[in-house]
Amino acid sequence: MLRSLHIDPQKCTGCLQCEMACSYENEKVFNPAKSRIKVFNFHDEGRFVPYTCTQCAEAWCLHACPVEAITKNKLTGAMEVADSVCVGCKVCTIACPFGTVNYNETTGKVIKCDLCGGDPACAKACPTAAITYVDANFTGLERMRAWAAKTSAGARA
Amino acid sequence: MAWTRKILRVNLTQGTCTPEALNMAWARDYLGQRGLASKYLAEEIDPRVDALSPDNKMIMTTGPLTGTAASTSSRYSIVTKSPLTGAIACSNSGGFFGAELKNAGWDMIIFEGRAPAPVYLFLHNDRAELLSAEAIWGRSVWETDHWIHQRHQDPQIRVAAIGAGAEKGVLFAAVVNDLHRAAGRSGVGTVMGSKNLKAVAIRGELGVGNIRDPEGFMKAVVDAKAVLAGNAVTSAGLPTYGTQVLMNVINEMGAMPTRNWREIQFEGASAISGEAMHEPRASDCKPNLVRNAACFGCTIACGRISTIDPSHFTLRGEGRDRYKVASGGLEYEAAWALGSDTGVSDIDALTYANFICNEHGLDPISFGATVAAAMELYTMGVLTQAHTGGIALDFGNAEALCTLAELTGRGEGFGLEIGLGSKRLCARYGHPELSMTVKGQEFPAYDARAIKGMGLTYATSNRGACHLRSYTVASEVLGIPVKTDPLATEGKAELVKAFQDATAVVDSTGLCVFTTFAWTLADIQPQVAAACEGDWSMEKLAEVGERIWNLERQFNLDAGLTAADDTLPPRLLKEPANTGPAKGHVNELDQMLPEYYRIRGWTEDGRLKPDLRERLGV
Repeated sequence: MLRSLHIDPQKCTGCLQCEMACSYENEKVFNPAKSRIKVFNFHDEGRFVPYTCTQCAEAWCLHACPVEAITKNKLTGAMEVADSVCVGCKVCTIACPFGTVNYNETTGKVIKCDLCGGDPACAKACPTAAITYVDANFTGLERMRAWAAKTSAGARA
Repeated sequence: MAWTRKILRVNLTQGTCTPEALNMAWARDYLGQRGLASKYLAEEIDPRVDALSPDNKMIMTTGPLTGTAASTSSRYSIVTKSPLTGAIACSNSGGFFGAELKNAGWDMIIFEGRAPAPVYLFLHNDRAELLSAEAIWGRSVWETDHWIHQRHQDPQIRVAAIGAGAEKGVLFAAVVNDLHRAAGRSGVGTVMGSKNLKAVAIRGELGVGNIRDPEGFMKAVVDAKAVLAGNAVTSAGLPTYGTQVLMNVINEMGAMPTRNWREIQFEGASAISGEAMHEPRASDCKPNLVRNAACFGCTIACGRISTIDPSHFTLRGEGRDRYKVASGGLEYEAAWALGSDTGVSDIDALTYANFICNEHGLDPISFGATVAAAMELYTMGVLTQAHTGGIALDFGNAEALCTLAELTGRGEGFGLEIGLGSKRLCARYGHPELSMTVKGQEFPAYDARAIKGMGLTYATSNRGACHLRSYTVASEVLGIPVKTDPLATEGKAELVKAFQDATAVVDSTGLCVFTTFAWTLADIQPQVAAACEGDWSMEKLAEVGERIWNLERQFNLDAGLTAADDTLPPRLLKEPANTGPAKGHVNELDQMLPEYYRIRGWTEDGRLKPDLRERLGV
């Protein structure tokens, strides 16, 4: 079953455990500045929104890369960057409409979410299930379930 | 390791920023944050210095676990000599600033001297610069935060700043970071103001590494998070209601100080409680509480994000837009001090006053408590409208509370007298007995006539009256880790010492003391031991806690405090509680204090005995 990261911003408290888990998994250091997932704080509205690569089926980054450093992992569906091939030209960072591919000054390569090879650390670290790793064909299942529960409660009333 | 092993020394007089190595011998004895910075302060300043002179130093310090994946790893502290108490001050804050300091590669920053003109420190990883703050001197914390982000064109900078009150000598000024998290108590912001230091702005991209045993650390972290997730207080009570979960509980047990502690239960408590923050209001059908929010790394998320009722009087008129958005809402202590202690039960007025305390950098506990003392003086006719500039300071006057918050925050008019704090204000008007303080610091929200251990806690706290030095409420009210009788004095000396020493350890790790609703030191020890090189056994941690407490005590004794300062106001010792389960009770401090000194290994006049000094190396 193909899975994908699913984000429910209403559950996010802005703790950044996901950013630390991501940087630790990929860089062996707790460092939000090197995280592939970022949590945005819309302060005046009291909203926190985690955001990362959604692994487009037709990925702009993959098509834009002039050296074919970005390939699709057929098992996880993730677009992965091969560091040995990437030349750091940043064309993919321009091509991505969502801003989720970014350049890493330290390595001279780009970094993006690769779903940790199919076991994403951010989802495991999230204390409120704001980030989950679910059936890619049914990311709406939990939301449907919540509304379904209200619907049946209404019928009983 | 976990320490970055680097400290930044900023000499404001000379305008220099110098890196130096962390003293690892001291780190082995004092761990980090509160303990280690207190050691630096005790070694580097004469405890008798004037707290607001250039001879005082101000240390911003992280712990070894700050910025790691450990739950609640947000904490940093500001350690200095307090202008409010004359004692050692250590004010702890969360948010994101502390982790950013660690991510920039520093364990602590030591500020010394006084800048010839207002400056702020900009710290980007290894690069430290003192830049002019002339343009923002006199401005609020919120304006300063905005100005710095604009100037550096970087939304990811974290800022800690002071407001105008701190610049003008309000003695309980806080340092506010991330807009509404505060190193709140003891006037640490006033010290920062006296140094002409407006703000510290940090961008850290180096990360926190140096974990001794990464695999073991991650296991310990996951185990400890599971304990928080499985505990009713840390997984449900605090996220749902914040610390405000306590308002109705403490009021019902008759331990809710009301109207400057003349009463012990507040008829308006439920209207300003955590439950009330969830109630939709008539004007826009929205509740006060927008949502809960976490500090860096925190899996509890007790923080409150609130809005003010759009129809409330505080939002009428010009220039109110910045209060019409969501911002930091009421915690229990603020709701109590701004509310119950002043007799104000208007939750929107309290939310507004709380916004103002954040915007201008005031400790809401000391501010509210000082207003409460002023209200009692006004009720007695000692203070009049001629003194207050026409403000009718009756108990329960929400408009007066909000106006005084603005005036005190800006350091204007009668706000400057409120800014003296309760002790100096009451002395000025001839009624020192009405000041509800210990060592000059205002009480928090637990009446010591109904919770006896808190009387000993307040009397012996090294930073003046405070609930965070030994929160025996946990045991006496909530039964954590074991239930004790709140109305009994037996065993409280031992309980207070145990809480004091354990809390000193927690405050030295980089973790939050609120974890101890669920965690004991046995949950914290594996995280520290896996992260830090050296011996960090339970026995070692217990010794470190005791050492920190005694170091702080020795600092205070050297600063000129004595056993006579380990006392409570006459109201708590002589005026019995008038309602509730504790009716008829006073606090019998005299039954607990000698026992406490004995257990501490101190002399009858509260001084460290030589053998204790030798054992702890203090």
